[in-house]
Amino acid sequence: MITTRERHRNILDFALSSLGRRAGRNLSLLTMYCLLIFVLASLLFFVSALKREAARLLEDAPDLVVQRLVAGRQDLIPENYGAGIAAIRGVAHVEPRLWGYYFDSWNGANYTVIASDKPTVKDGIAAIGSGVARSRKIHAGELFPLRSPGTEPLLLEVGAIFPGTSDLMAADLIILTPSDFHTLFNFPQGKFTDLAVTVTNRKELPMVAAKIAALYADSRPILKSEIQRTYQSIFDWRGGMILLVLLSAVLSFIIFAWDRATGLSAEERKEIGILKSIGWDTSDVLLLKFWEGCAISLPAFLCGVIAAYCHVFFFSAPFFSPVLKGWSILYPQFQLVPVVDISQLLVLFFFTVVPYITATIIPNWRTATMDPDAAMRS
Amino acid sequence: MILRPATLALLLISLVVTGFSLTAAFHAMGIYERWDPTSGSEDQLDLEKKTSLISSIISYLFPLELLSLALFLFTAEELHPLFTGAMCAAGTLAVNAFGYPALLLKVVNALCAGVWLIINHLDTRAYDSPLIRLKYLFLTLMIPLLLLECFLLFSYFSGVKPDVITSCCGSLFSHDSPTLSGDLTSLPAGLMQAVFFTSMVLTTGSGIIFLRTGRHGRFFSVAAAVTFPVAIASIISFIGLYFYEMPSHHCPFCLLQKEYYYIGYGLYALLFIGAVTGISAGVINSFPPTHSLSNTVPETGSYLTRVAILCYLLFTLITVIEMTISPLRLSYF
Amino acid sequence: MITLNNVTKTYSLSKPGEYTAVHDVTVELPARQITVFKGPSGSGKTSLLTLIGCMVRPTSGRIHLHGMAEQFPFQKDESAPLEITGLPERFLTTIRRTTFGFIFQQCNLITGISVLENVMLPAYTTGERLSKVRERALLLLEQFAVVRHAHRRVDLLSGGEAQRVAIARALINNPTILIADEPTAHLDSKLSHEFMEIVFRLKQEGKTVLIASHDPIVTDSVQRDRVVELRDGVICEQGSNR
Repeated sequence: MITTRERHRNILDFALSSLGRRAGRNLSLLTMYCLLIFVLASLLFFVSALKREAARLLEDAPDLVVQRLVAGRQDLIPENYGAGIAAIRGVAHVEPRLWGYYFDSWNGANYTVIASDKPTVKDGIAAIGSGVARSRKIHAGELFPLRSPGTEPLLLEVGAIFPGTSDLMAADLIILTPSDFHTLFNFPQGKFTDLAVTVTNRKELPMVAAKIAALYADSRPILKSEIQRTYQSIFDWRGGMILLVLLSAVLSFIIFAWDRATGLSAEERKEIGILKSIGWDTSDVLLLKFWEGCAISLPAFLCGVIAAYCHVFFFSAPFFSPVLKGWSILYPQFQLVPVVDISQLLVLFFFTVVPYITATIIPNWRTATMDPDAAMRS
Repeated sequence: MILRPATLALLLISLVVTGFSLTAAFHAMGIYERWDPTSGSEDQLDLEKKTSLISSIISYLFPLELLSLALFLFTAEELHPLFTGAMCAAGTLAVNAFGYPALLLKVVNALCAGVWLIINHLDTRAYDSPLIRLKYLFLTLMIPLLLLECFLLFSYFSGVKPDVITSCCGSLFSHDSPTLSGDLTSLPAGLMQAVFFTSMVLTTGSGIIFLRTGRHGRFFSVAAAVTFPVAIASIISFIGLYFYEMPSHHCPFCLLQKEYYYIGYGLYALLFIGAVTGISAGVINSFPPTHSLSNTVPETGSYLTRVAILCYLLFTLITVIEMTISPLRLSYF
Repeated sequence: MITLNNVTKTYSLSKPGEYTAVHDVTVELPARQITVFKGPSGSGKTSLLTLIGCMVRPTSGRIHLHGMAEQFPFQKDESAPLEITGLPERFLTTIRRTTFGFIFQQCNLITGISVLENVMLPAYTTGERLSKVRERALLLLEQFAVVRHAHRRVDLLSGGEAQRVAIARALINNPTILIADEPTAHLDSKLSHEFMEIVFRLKQEGKTVLIASHDPIVTDSVQRDRVVELRDGVICEQGSNR
């Protein structure tokens, strides 16, 4: 066993010193490789961080939301639906919700507007998210106008600003009272955006949802778990699309590596011939090529992954966010919470390092199996 | 179709392994027809070169096949939140009819791959390659299984569609979608405990006898092979219950979850290694004695036997410890 | 001792371009002697050396290495001389790297790495500790008076120095048999004489030396013990000094 280990060590030793001889070429290869890993790893980190963020954001969402559909479009839900649902056995509480979006023509941003009875907001006083404050350049205590379908704009005072460090949701929030909400949007009385339903026993959720669907044919009950699932697969899908594009990049890189390795220079071929003639076995030569492949790909992998980690979690992935988030122009300020998924790294490793090493070894095979006497006949 | 890096990796591994095995089987024809190590003809020299290439490629690929079994379990586990009612890998695999057959075939193929690797190891260490026909025959016999696995994997992943909210309504309630059952049928716990401990005692006992006297190797090997499914049935029947601390949760997959410290991977790895080494010990012992193997066979055989005994004992030890410290007590009356 | 019985090596057998490099050669090569294979180019000298040196397998015939069977248990009857004709390449390599040292027509040193590394190369794959190998390599370099170049790159060596480095490399695994193919082809007569001196010293240390050459300095030198003359792959004459 010890001799095997020594053999590996010795051959690795030689592989390193032989890489040093072609420093320029190997460095450029290393850089290219590193860049590729960087892009792929950034993508993986970014998607998993977003997924985590979305999951976190949904944690506070109600277990069951009931919407109403008219002609296949979401419509306002009448108050009496709430009473009907509250009567279903197992339902603990039904909360009608008022919320919507406000398009700000000043800067083209969309704010989420929510009506709340909480004491932080009073008529004429609203609480806003940090994104809103930033884009409108307003501070607590100042007044800001919002266009309304009525004749006059609604003038609100900023009561509080939510610190929005790492929260996807809070950045674009405007919270105001129900009566301000009605004024702002000219919202019809007695109707709501949707209903948030709480049940006593969470295991009965599907049952309750089914009962609601049966009671009101035009209602659409949505479970939190369904939303979570949808989010997960949307991120997956987007990530998958980009991954496909990038896989083609990986492929071209492998073809490049292959090409480089198949076009073994006469010098390299002669070297292998010498090695074989002085007592190296085919497997020794291949082991040498294996270690050479490792010496390029492992540092490249490590550097790429570390750089990607910094890119995503310290600098909030400036290269990707437009593609993957793309909901609102307010978001790029937030910082992602570091999440590293080991399995993803393993898969990345599998897709980059393994093909590279294979691509360096396989073309050398033909040369490595050359007869040991080739060097004597040259 | 689920487009995830891990599923792509699984499909790729399966394709590559199957592809190369096919090439190897094609090459094996030449071996059956023309292999003659005493000859120095160019034909034979060429055959030898190709053989050593193919053997070493396969000996790098088959470990991937073993890894992909773990990856498959891991992926199935990871995907379960995408499906309504799936609580763990059991639900993911039940999404369509191909999941469980794919898993079963992966286990069988991984076992075969393990045994093949050991035969190959012995063959390449012997100067006259005495096992070459055998190892290529074995590989050729594995081809249909590998092809089937490839087919099942593709069918499984392409048939998997996550339940997402559709544009018209919550997918769940518009039509009756059946919920996935996560439980496998289990055998009575009392009976299963008796069978489990008996087979463990028989396996390790015969293994020790084999180590001491060199006899009853075949019995040990058969016992090790039988213990593998017995142990898995035991996990479903009673071992899992102690870990879950629930008297009616028969699931072989939840053990793979974080809540149970991923103990499942450890347990299954122990069983798998035990089965491969145990079976191999018997297989290599049944080779006709030749001079070139006279040193390596007993050496490797006893090594494999020791590994198998160790793995099975560890598995039993973990089981017994868990049975003692778990607050759950099963009653058989 | 090395014995060859009816050894034939044919390339491209039953194909166009078929040619027999060595034809039905039967010869005994005694241990601890310098044997010179003499003949014009294309006479099969090099092929014969590659056959003896376990680099290629003969198409037919048997080659035996005496006194090796114990070290390499690659056959049933361990008391018989080791037969190397039926072994696959891997096992031939195992025998070759510790039994034979090779010196080539061109020195065949690997450019870009140091002299020391070149000398150590054959030992990298044996699984020996590099520190030990390095010690031995330095000792050999000292013996051949090139130790001052140990850490320089081989491209900077003169022809004679490169030749001596190549000899040091051939000896690194302490082989019992030294094989040299046209070793003096690129050396002037002074260096050629020097080479024969070195070889003679090695013989006195107990090595068996086989040289293929058509250089009269080698073939007619006083240090050689036997001359085997080849023509068209067939032995046409053999004789010894004494």
